[in-house]
Amino acid sequence: MKTVNQPVQKKDAMQLLGGQPVYVNDLAPEECLIVKLLRSPHPNALIAEIDTEAAQRAAGIEAVYTWKDVPQDGVRFTLAGQTWPEPSPQDRLLLDRHVRFVGDPVAIVAGRNERCVDRALRMIKVKYEVLDAVLDFRTAKDHPVLVHPEENWEALCDVGADNKRNLCARDADQKGDVDAVLATCDVVLERAYHTKACQQTMMEPFGAFCSIDTYGRLHIVSSTQIVFHCRRIVAKALGIPKSKIRVEKPRIGGGFGAKQTAVMEIYPAFVTWKTKKTSKLIFSRKECMTASSPRHEMEMQVRIGAMKNGHIRAIDLYTLSNTGAYGEHGPTTVGLSAHKSISLYGKLDAFRFESDVVYTNRMSAGAYRGYGATQGIYAVETAVNELAEQLGMDPIRLREQNIVREGDTMMAYYGEPNTSCALDRCIARVKEMIGWDEKYPCRDMGNGKVRGVGIGLAMQGSGISGVDVGSAALKVNDEGFYTLRIGAADMGTGCDTILAQIAAEVLECSVDEVTVFGADTDASPYDSGSYASSTTFVTGKAVEYAATELREKICALGARMLGCEAQAVSFDGERVLCELDGRSVSRAEIASASQCGNTIALESSYTHSCPTSPPPFMAGAAEVEVDLETGETQVIQYVAAVDCGTPVNPNLARVQAEGGILQGIGMTLTENITYNQDGKVLENSLMQYKIPTRQDIGHIRVEFESSYEKLGPFGAKSIGEVVINTPLPAVTAAIHNACGVWFRELPITPEKIVLGQMEKRKIST
Amino acid sequence: MFTCKEYRKVETLEEAWQLNQKKSNLLIGGMLWVKMGHRNVRTVIDLSGLGLNEIEETEQEFRIGCMTTLRQLEQHEGLNRYTNGAIRESVCHIVGVQFRNGATVGGSVFGRFGFSDILTMLLAMDSYVELYKGGCIPLNEFVNRSRDRDVLVRVIIRKTPATFAYQSARNTRTDFPTLAAAVSCYNDTWHISVGARPGRAMLLTVKEPALLHERNPETIKPEERFAKYLSEYAAEHISVGTNLRGSAAYRRQLIKVLVKRACLEADRNQIRKQNS
Amino acid sequence: MQLTLHLNGIPICEEIAPDTLLLDFLRAHGCKSVKRGCETSNCGLCTVFLDGRPILSCSFLAARADGHAVTTLEGLQEEAKEFTAFIADQGAEQCGFCNPGFVMNALALFRENSDPDETEIKEYLAGNLCRCSGYEGQLRGIKNFLEWKKRGGAS
Repeated sequence: MKTVNQPVQKKDAMQLLGGQPVYVNDLAPEECLIVKLLRSPHPNALIAEIDTEAAQRAAGIEAVYTWKDVPQDGVRFTLAGQTWPEPSPQDRLLLDRHVRFVGDPVAIVAGRNERCVDRALRMIKVKYEVLDAVLDFRTAKDHPVLVHPEENWEALCDVGADNKRNLCARDADQKGDVDAVLATCDVVLERAYHTKACQQTMMEPFGAFCSIDTYGRLHIVSSTQIVFHCRRIVAKALGIPKSKIRVEKPRIGGGFGAKQTAVMEIYPAFVTWKTKKTSKLIFSRKECMTASSPRHEMEMQVRIGAMKNGHIRAIDLYTLSNTGAYGEHGPTTVGLSAHKSISLYGKLDAFRFESDVVYTNRMSAGAYRGYGATQGIYAVETAVNELAEQLGMDPIRLREQNIVREGDTMMAYYGEPNTSCALDRCIARVKEMIGWDEKYPCRDMGNGKVRGVGIGLAMQGSGISGVDVGSAALKVNDEGFYTLRIGAADMGTGCDTILAQIAAEVLECSVDEVTVFGADTDASPYDSGSYASSTTFVTGKAVEYAATELREKICALGARMLGCEAQAVSFDGERVLCELDGRSVSRAEIASASQCGNTIALESSYTHSCPTSPPPFMAGAAEVEVDLETGETQVIQYVAAVDCGTPVNPNLARVQAEGGILQGIGMTLTENITYNQDGKVLENSLMQYKIPTRQDIGHIRVEFESSYEKLGPFGAKSIGEVVINTPLPAVTAAIHNACGVWFRELPITPEKIVLGQMEKRKIST
Repeated sequence: MFTCKEYRKVETLEEAWQLNQKKSNLLIGGMLWVKMGHRNVRTVIDLSGLGLNEIEETEQEFRIGCMTTLRQLEQHEGLNRYTNGAIRESVCHIVGVQFRNGATVGGSVFGRFGFSDILTMLLAMDSYVELYKGGCIPLNEFVNRSRDRDVLVRVIIRKTPATFAYQSARNTRTDFPTLAAAVSCYNDTWHISVGARPGRAMLLTVKEPALLHERNPETIKPEERFAKYLSEYAAEHISVGTNLRGSAAYRRQLIKVLVKRACLEADRNQIRKQNS
Repeated sequence: MQLTLHLNGIPICEEIAPDTLLLDFLRAHGCKSVKRGCETSNCGLCTVFLDGRPILSCSFLAARADGHAVTTLEGLQEEAKEFTAFIADQGAEQCGFCNPGFVMNALALFRENSDPDETEIKEYLAGNLCRCSGYEGQLRGIKNFLEWKKRGGAS
């Protein structure tokens, strides 16, 4: 392969590094209304009275909107960027008289500049009827207080949702008789694990600006991963036809799933639609941290049964997920906590998975890289590590004996076949990379510091089976350069470049000769959007097919120019050659001919969807140094081997992996979420919510152990999400091996390590 | 959002003091903390035109102008030589270089913030603050005073022969300390300053002679015994509380660990000094 | 109030509100490379030079820059390009949003210390957050750049 599997520079790299103005807030017109939101200080309240008169009259203020401007008995909607009909319940109004978490919007203010809008926000007088709140997700189901008591709440899909029970979703699935199998196991381990509502913390805050275009349509420019879903959501929220809306994304300053929810577009859209004036809303970091779309908090009860010889025979998992005040991605994230964790083990006689997703008066959760798999893998993989300890087995040995292998049918993974899998090689590789045999379980460094090692496995999917749609449109331009139009969203991941590499591979040209356009609902072919690890695998395949089709059209026109049959010509990327007489025309000549008296369109488009979702696999191992006296923990090194099929761009795949690993480490060690008794998130800034700095990590080393996935473009599977999952169990196990304590709630702070050891000493004396 | 109606770069300290008598006005240092608040200020008073952004070193003392940045402290050779690098250790974890290029000594000390690393460090030194009206007073006295509207002009550190060490524990490397401890020994007295309790830093002093019996050369590791004694003494006498970064129970444990480590380090530094 | 300064070498003299933050002033003057990533001085995205020293423009009154020289990435395109090519070669730019602040502070580091070791690099750049890269690719790029510099620059 000439361009696929090559470390090509990202097409936009030098522009981004040079600080070019390519993001939402750089592109917004200087003259536009500034939009801000007044937010609820209460976790659950009804707006008894709201007085906006003074604010409305204040200098520079264009408009103030409240629930009174929104029909309260109207159709509800969800902000989840999912294929219609969304599994997430329709539970929102643009402005609701009933506010359901600290930060829920109460009023929209639009004005000439930030200063006057800030002033007007302070002038709005609100009287709340404060209601009892559901703050603990463990007590939410069938709680006397309902988060969504309203009659116009609606679930479009059968996900077990019931607003009268505070249930956003409920599910049960099993194969075999788990209880019977567990009863015959030598060892049954039962544990509960808890993860919190961590934040994606992309560097670019949420933001969008809106204007009315030449045709009187609403034009939204947003930092979004989901232009098409966003168009549908805004149309529903505003009650206007989709034909009246165009959504476009410029460069995105990071997403990680946060921008798979239309967190904020509806507010400036409403302002612009009402006033017909350009408006802009950029979230503050505080809003990003308190009123956005973080990971679902989950508590997972794992029961795992094995024989003395190490055969893992059954896994029973119950997941309780907290969707917060609204149901975005609630019904869909929870399933992954089982599908992508239990399926790592291929020798099971039975499994069972049950789940409840509950509403609470907390910030609404959303999609975050890993999407439930992260939580489930943390629980199941940690349970497997604990099991190894109980069996007195090396945790790597235990896995070698039990892992899923190529050719297996994955019963907890929708019964899909495992068509490509190098997980065994990944494990062998990380074992060697970290020097497992010399370092396991720990080494005393002699100064109160102990180094431990730990391992974790992970898998994810490549798009949503039979749902995700990826499309590509290709055309030939002057001089023969190509334009590739996509609806997928490059959010820094490099999909513009990766997809161009796939096109270039088929068209036998250089990547520079393929320009990329996207994403824009008016001009891009339909794409579900960039999420669920779908873009390389699903859209990439569409690009491969579209390019193959375009080759045929180039040949057809070339043949016509050469006066021979299309079957008689070949195309080497540069020239179309008549095989009969050796005459040829260049791609540039064909391009010119296509613009003069031509009737063969040098364009192709292809739409692809895959009935299965071949999982990428990964093994990761951590070496941590724990200061036993202060509890301070540093990941000295993290090594990982990834099977993402063919890495289309090894550089970008590597950086995806390194970045995902550090996010996972952050979730394990430092990224905490705490609430005060009034339901307010305390980690509301980058000062309080601590993502890792470069001093908080030793080294991350990533290598590829590739299988070849026939369903993917040139053997590729996904990489984007799987990479965040292994650090949670691996670092947890490494800490245990260093200090002797298992921690079953993340993050594992220095305090927990110190107090955990004290507790352990107390018990043992 | 922080707002102000007027910005005044003063030409004399008297002008600064006069302006600062109004409650609606505000004297700023690096402005990093002020900017995060929601204050509506009438006049912002800036001292950056008064040449107070230098560290003067004389035979007897360091005279640190209030507008000196934390980065200047970090990089000052004389101060680091005098403190065995403890000054550098006390500031180098604060957010990042750009932050430390902005944050000032005057702002940090006048603010008397609970989380302040630099206040913790300075408190363990033979240090004084020079106030425009209030004159020169020991830092330890200033720390416990309530805020008034005087102008902090300089921090003065006497070059009393001493040994130092600084220790802190953090949840991430550039976070606020969960606990900070600075230890020094001068004038035959151990000075133990503990910050981020999470309340403002507190100083304990212990006369060296009182420790002599703890330094019995017969025992195997005399230095560890004295350090243990001091750290337990500190844990007993320094009150701690709970905030987002740690509980009182954890902090109590950290005092023991960090003070012990700092004492040992200071002791090693002292021996090193004596030998050189 | 009136503000006089040099922005990327060009003298500017104009009326500003006294509480204008330097970041907002710079963006209003076309320096869109200067980004706001937080309100708490933690992310480093707004890093610019004041008389050659890196500072956080989000926490600095524009008024205070009176009489000084301010430099943003817009004014350092050539110096930056030499370095950033090495980051691009790693794919470590990723989403790009943190890049300008990171590049500015890296240039400040190289000016201050032409041969920093790994510890010095990490310490100097600790105030520049990045959520995409895990920092490892940035570190590789920096090391390759320094190596290239040591060999005399031209490859």
